[in-house]
Amino acid sequence: MRLTCPFCGPRDVAEFVYEGPFSGAPQTERPALSAAPAAWVEAVFLRDQPRGETRELWRHLHGCGCFLDVLRDTLTHEVRAVAFADPADAAAMRAKP
Amino acid sequence: MRPYSALDVLWNGLTGQRGWTRAWRDRAPRPAYDVVIVGGGGHGLATAYYLARNHGLRRVAVLERGLIGQGNAGRNTTIVRSNYMLPGNREFYEHTLKLWEGLSQELNYNLMFSQRGHLALSFDPGFRDAFARRYNTMRMTGADGRWLSRSEVQARAPYLDWSQSARFPIEGGFLQQRAGTARHDALVWGFARAADARGVHIVQNCEVTGFLREGGAIVGVETSRGEIRAEKVALAVAGSTGPLAAKAGLGKLPLETHKLQAFVTEPLKPIVHQVISSARQGLFYMSQSDKGGVVFGGEIDGHPSYAQRGGLETYSEVMSKAVSLAPFLARTRLLRQWAGVVDMSMDGSPFITPTPIPGLYFNAGWNYGGFKATPASGWCYAHTIAHDAPHELNAAFSLDRFARGRELDEEAAGPVPRLH
Repeated sequence: MRLTCPFCGPRDVAEFVYEGPFSGAPQTERPALSAAPAAWVEAVFLRDQPRGETRELWRHLHGCGCFLDVLRDTLTHEVRAVAFADPADAAAMRAKP
Repeated sequence: MRPYSALDVLWNGLTGQRGWTRAWRDRAPRPAYDVVIVGGGGHGLATAYYLARNHGLRRVAVLERGLIGQGNAGRNTTIVRSNYMLPGNREFYEHTLKLWEGLSQELNYNLMFSQRGHLALSFDPGFRDAFARRYNTMRMTGADGRWLSRSEVQARAPYLDWSQSARFPIEGGFLQQRAGTARHDALVWGFARAADARGVHIVQNCEVTGFLREGGAIVGVETSRGEIRAEKVALAVAGSTGPLAAKAGLGKLPLETHKLQAFVTEPLKPIVHQVISSARQGLFYMSQSDKGGVVFGGEIDGHPSYAQRGGLETYSEVMSKAVSLAPFLARTRLLRQWAGVVDMSMDGSPFITPTPIPGLYFNAGWNYGGFKATPASGWCYAHTIAHDAPHELNAAFSLDRFARGRELDEEAAGPVPRLH
């Protein structure tokens, strides 16, 4: 399996770390500090078990270190899309000369 | 069921092996049962057996999507041990080891259970201290285990890398002598035969596609072979837990579904005389099957997957661990490699529990360790189903333990399945 990092290009999956499910919100998906304990239990411990397409947060740990927004299929291992998870990373890329 | 005996083997050997009959019957489903168990792996069949044996339930069916024992029951590395420390885990796993010790006789089926010992290698003082605490706890709570010095480990396992240039020099190890290996297919067939003899229906090629509901309760299942009503529906489907639990309405679960690879070499003469495990270079474990193949494995691939197919990156990592620990493996040919879909829980410990939905029972979250747990899992799950409440041995394996701050994190790794 390969992921195409928007900064580094196509790389072996061994360079990346799976961090968890992702909904497209900023890079930490935590509830507010004042949220009820149940919201924290859900965020920390509970998961959907997507069989098929899933959206996940990955990190290119042994590469550029960026957090990535990955659209992937858990049944076929097909990687459909990889984008920066943090809008600041995407903006920095666009600003590159 | 006619019991197997040595005389039987001798007589059939002399008469052309014509006297053997089917070990268990492949049934067509009836419209209704008292208990329907979803999943014909080791855990499901063991549960059916103990429901009949310990609780007198006869109208029990095990529904299997394909053929029994073709999922993780046929894909594991067959290691049996009870080296757990936390209260809640240790009593359960010691109970499973005690059941294993009498199970071949009880089931009248040779499970090829071999107590050849499990040796957890130590490479540094930190590991030694942590495992000394663990094995002392085991000794104080009824399990066996002891420290071996470097020379004692070397005498038992001369094939490991003892050279000055070893990447990870071994300083000793922790031995649980009553641990060992067993034949995984025999466990499935032994429980299937014994359950069938007590009237349990084993229904193959019967995929559960949905659940029948009345009010808020589950009162049966929809299957590829029609509707089947049941007073109680019990899930034991390992890697398929997520999709089925979603259909049942259990919502989000403290599980992630991953894939775990295993490997076996060509058959060799006996060389690996015990189960070896190492946590130094990431997890690695190996043993030698009675056929001679060295069976080994490492960690999960690290990302959710339902493909029963492993990735090359983990494959090569496991190979490098194998060769750095036991250099002779570099000269053997790898015969087969495969992957199973494992239900990794968020604390590395399992679930055997009633659920908030009346009529639905839940058994999942076995991570890497489901094979050894099979007898006690069935034993405790049967109790939980029959009494609508857990036995004290599986009381800690509840679904709500995370919300109560009672997670059973044996590795102290936190809520990250790939670290367990």
